[in-house]
Amino acid sequence: MHAGSAEADAAVADREGAGVSTNAIEVRNLNFFYGSFQGLKDINLDIIERKVTAFIGPSGCGKSTLLRTLNRMYDLYPGQRAEGQISFYGENILAADSDVNLLRSRIGMVFQKPTPFPMSIYENIAFGVRLYERLSKAEMDERVEWALSKAALWNEAKDKLNQSGLSLSGGQQQRLCIARSVAVKPSVVLLDEPTSALDPISTAKIEELINELKKEYTIAIVTHNMQQAARCSDFTAYMYLGELMEYGKTDELFIKPKRKETEDYITGRFG
Amino acid sequence: MPDKHLSSQFDEDLNSLCAQLLQMGGLVEQQIDTAMRGFTELNIDLCDEVIEREKAVNTIEIEIDSACVELIARRQPIARDLRLVMAISKAITNLERAGDEAERVAKRSRRVIEESANYKINAAEIKLSGQMAIDLLRQSLDCFARLDAVAAAKVVQDDKQIDEEFRGFVRKLITYMAEDPKMISTGLDLLFIAKAIERIGDHAKNIAEFVIYIVKGSDIRHTPQDNVIREANS
Repeated sequence: MHAGSAEADAAVADREGAGVSTNAIEVRNLNFFYGSFQGLKDINLDIIERKVTAFIGPSGCGKSTLLRTLNRMYDLYPGQRAEGQISFYGENILAADSDVNLLRSRIGMVFQKPTPFPMSIYENIAFGVRLYERLSKAEMDERVEWALSKAALWNEAKDKLNQSGLSLSGGQQQRLCIARSVAVKPSVVLLDEPTSALDPISTAKIEELINELKKEYTIAIVTHNMQQAARCSDFTAYMYLGELMEYGKTDELFIKPKRKETEDYITGRFG
Repeated sequence: MPDKHLSSQFDEDLNSLCAQLLQMGGLVEQQIDTAMRGFTELNIDLCDEVIEREKAVNTIEIEIDSACVELIARRQPIARDLRLVMAISKAITNLERAGDEAERVAKRSRRVIEESANYKINAAEIKLSGQMAIDLLRQSLDCFARLDAVAAAKVVQDDKQIDEEFRGFVRKLITYMAEDPKMISTGLDLLFIAKAIERIGDHAKNIAEFVIYIVKGSDIRHTPQDNVIREANS
């Protein structure tokens, strides 16, 4: 049932044909357990540098679990463990001696619900940066502007940087969270259903932003919105019951999926 | 389409599109058949019937096209649903053009009947290829109804025979016209009729190619014959 390394090899071959070849993250034989329940089964997958990789699949299929393994977010919960290998530019992030804090500064994450800190817009950005860097006031001002501009929020927020992050609209809050995650200059941004709580206009802005961000960052996005995956990703992975069923170029997956299971799911014949 | 969609309305919409396509196909088949009988039996009434009914074919094309656009707007179909809707939209264009060719046959036949009903040119190839074109179109629609890629590949292959008949007829016609310049006027009418039939075969072939696209997801237009067969059987 699972998409083995042969499929991963085929995807690599596809990319090489397209003249792209650097993998930001390579997942090999990954198994994940919530206590005795196995949430991920033998996942093999490459996440390509400066591309958008989307994860789709029904609820409980392991998309978010997989995303959470990529920056060891699961470490925060007892009883959860991952086996196998996830190499991030050659370094196995599952290794016990890997620095989780440093890892999370390089692989940032944005969640389904906007989670601004209960502090000013400025501080929302500056707070994370201070954990990793010592910047002068002028440098920090510059960084805040840079991050807010990256997240397409600067124009809306520049006159109220001292107001609470919570005073922003839902869509703005989510862009603030994206700004916060890019402020520490990560190389990968993980987005876990970033627009599921947003209206269509805010969603469109975030999607526009994803397109903009991929010029400099590698992006992995979990989404329940099939059209969103089709619109903004370069590669799509379909997961079901903890297994990677199909992984390939988004264009191909949405027009001519290789597996019937994938086709049934994306066309709504799943039940 | 096999397998039920989560939304039964979506299934109904897709099924209704397929049904409309087949209904349009039936009408076009009838047009070609009537036009060919008009030509063979030298019957002006049958020719007029075809010319009169041509508008109905155009109307159905517009109806189906707008149903396709509506379905895309409402449902954003993807994967095989998308391939199906795109194929239907293109197939009806081919049907409409096949309908135009039937009308062309009827109009030219009418002229032949009015001006030179006792022509001395042997037009056996036209009659034969006319029947072949009707059969081919019927088979292509049958493949569409059953989503049968293997049978569709056969239609693509069989279209070659109509092309062959057409070339044979043109060679013969040149000889006739060279021998007796008085035959040139009728000869040209017959040439247009033969060409129209040959085009109907091409449209049937195109529809068969869309069936392979729906089922296999591969666009085999303008590829060599053995590739068509390989893809259909893959």
